[in-house]
Amino acid sequence: MAAEQTVLVPQLSGHADGRAREPADAPVWRPPRAAGLVLAFGLLAVVGMLSIAVGANHLPLSDVWRVLWHDDRSETAVIVHDLRVPRTLVGLVAGVGLGVGGALAQALTRNALADPGILGVNLGASAAVVAAVSFLGVTTPAGYVWFAMAGAAVAASAVYVLGATGRAAVAPERLVVAGAAFSAVLGAFTYGVAFLDHQTFDRLRFWDVGSLAGAGSSQLGALAPFAGVGLAVAFAIAGPLNAMALGDDAGHGLGVGLVRTRALGVLAIALLCGTATAAAGPITFVGLAVPHVARTICGPDQRWVIAYSAVLAPVLLLAADVLGRVVIAPAELEVGVVTAFVGAPVFIVLCRRARLGRL
Amino acid sequence: MASVAGLPAGGTARVGPAAVGAAAGGLAPRGWVLRDRADRLSLRVDGRSVAVCGALLAVLAAVCVATMITGEYAVSPREVFDSLRGQGSAGTDFVVVTLRLPRLLTGLMVGAALAVSGAIFQTMTANPLGSPDIIGFTAGSATGAVVVILVLHGTVYETSLGAVAGGVVTAVAIYLLSFRRGVAGPRLILVGIGAAAMLTALNSYLITRATLGDAITAQTWLLGSLNRRGWDEVRPLAVAVAVLLPAAACYGRRMSMLTMGGDTAKALGVPVERSRLALLAVGAALASCATAAAGPIGFVALAAPQLARHLARSPGAALLPTALLGALLVASSDLAAQRAFAPTQLPVGVATNAVGGIYLVWLLSRQRRGL
Repeated sequence: MAAEQTVLVPQLSGHADGRAREPADAPVWRPPRAAGLVLAFGLLAVVGMLSIAVGANHLPLSDVWRVLWHDDRSETAVIVHDLRVPRTLVGLVAGVGLGVGGALAQALTRNALADPGILGVNLGASAAVVAAVSFLGVTTPAGYVWFAMAGAAVAASAVYVLGATGRAAVAPERLVVAGAAFSAVLGAFTYGVAFLDHQTFDRLRFWDVGSLAGAGSSQLGALAPFAGVGLAVAFAIAGPLNAMALGDDAGHGLGVGLVRTRALGVLAIALLCGTATAAAGPITFVGLAVPHVARTICGPDQRWVIAYSAVLAPVLLLAADVLGRVVIAPAELEVGVVTAFVGAPVFIVLCRRARLGRL
Repeated sequence: MASVAGLPAGGTARVGPAAVGAAAGGLAPRGWVLRDRADRLSLRVDGRSVAVCGALLAVLAAVCVATMITGEYAVSPREVFDSLRGQGSAGTDFVVVTLRLPRLLTGLMVGAALAVSGAIFQTMTANPLGSPDIIGFTAGSATGAVVVILVLHGTVYETSLGAVAGGVVTAVAIYLLSFRRGVAGPRLILVGIGAAAMLTALNSYLITRATLGDAITAQTWLLGSLNRRGWDEVRPLAVAVAVLLPAAACYGRRMSMLTMGGDTAKALGVPVERSRLALLAVGAALASCATAAAGPIGFVALAAPQLARHLARSPGAALLPTALLGALLVASSDLAAQRAFAPTQLPVGVATNAVGGIYLVWLLSRQRRGL
């Protein structure tokens, strides 16, 4: 989170300069983007507090507030500090990772259908988890975390090497096709192994849904720095990505190092989405939908799309998690299920109402 | 490059009757044009497409023969031929006519149907990722079937009915939700993705709440499997494919004009919205019939149109090579899935993903070295 705050500041001030130079009769009026972002941050704070206050145990709000600041090791304090706060932080880190990773994936491939999964991240993580469970006998969710992270990184690198390097002309579509090809092979491996080994399938089906209550919280301290670095890289390449949106040749002409930007982009996606997938399982819809919503609000400028995605994605994820806790309490719905059920109708309505934000 | 990436070249093609099949950049049509004397009928024959189709047919025939004669119970080609003519022994009749032939036919038809459906959706959405598995049509069929398996505990036949019902309901819902003064490509895709996300989440939820045995049954179905497919599955599928594939071929010409954009197509005399609706209906029906017969076999609808376009070097979707390639992909994958870990039979969907994915990786790595 610290990284996010520090990186956002220059973006906000940069915007004030940019708007001063805009002609008075700009063709499309949009609400001030900085104000919208502040509003989104407010929303995130509210949802974050809800996530700490609401759960299967009905704790009085005043008690929650008190023990949040004074950990007196009472039952309430244990629930808040050992269960709800870590879970909220997992949602925050995973949300930032998925939202920003999705925005980067769509910008790099210039494809509105791209999500982090398109670079093989999700299925790379799944394949590594299945291999760890089936061949190495890893059984605790905390043990999956590093396998998932490594699988995501290896898959993203392989997709990058195949799709974006070499002598043939590099095109964003190549990255998409390479990602689809690798995902298919990794999916075949994952589900083939799971089909032959029923014990592994039994574990995979629960990991596959995506949940904030599982592995991530114990490993969060170790995982968060990866996401922080990824976020910093994302903001660093936002400007070059804007230039590349005009096409490779135009971007090159404007002085963008195409190879470097693409490599950094894939690195950032691997770090962000690898962290998110390791912490919360393969959640697919957030990374795809949130950047679309962000573009509808703030227009195609990648610096703003990334900032909005970084705030709105955890809002969606945490709100879905809170809803999943209360809707069939005392049982829980996994966050991956609720995210899709809450997010998809909103997304469909937005697609019908709004003029779709262009890439 | 562009052929693999699936970029429609139609946007820059010259406007006019000859532009329909013309290569990008306004070149004259490739191949030979056959006309009758009065110039009322004409047919353009592209040499490369003919060669590609011939080669695909030859490989397909080889795979079919291999499927029929190998396995736990080896049968010689002559015995297969006798059985097919109805003059074989009871043992070979059972193996050839009751077990292997319906499975092979189901695979061929499912492959062709999925591939053509993929070509239709990819062309309509002008996006290489716009295949029915990604934009929700297959997910609807899958949800229908999973509900029948896990909630209603239905039979195999009822599962197929559930798949068809789920697919049709989803297709209608996606069409209506994305209709707003016409169905534009991007909105159709995004609404479809939203629907797919919800349906997939529902499937995952049902699978986590089921007993392990039921969950494995559902998961096997979700991977796509041709195990134990008999003549009861072949007949309805054959009727559907016999109606839908010619319909797709009829609309193929309009489809290539639609890739030039709605306005250009309208100027060329294509009833745009009616053609889109008809193509969507045919594509969705093909996808849901194929899914009902064999489950949502992955990657065929995504990869077959791309590979066919690459092989035939055609600018738009070439439906005949696409259909042949889809059939070949499923038939050869099923052969591999049956034999690789025998006696355990892998679901064919695992093999289509592996075979198609590895082939695509190989293709990309060849291009990478600049060959």
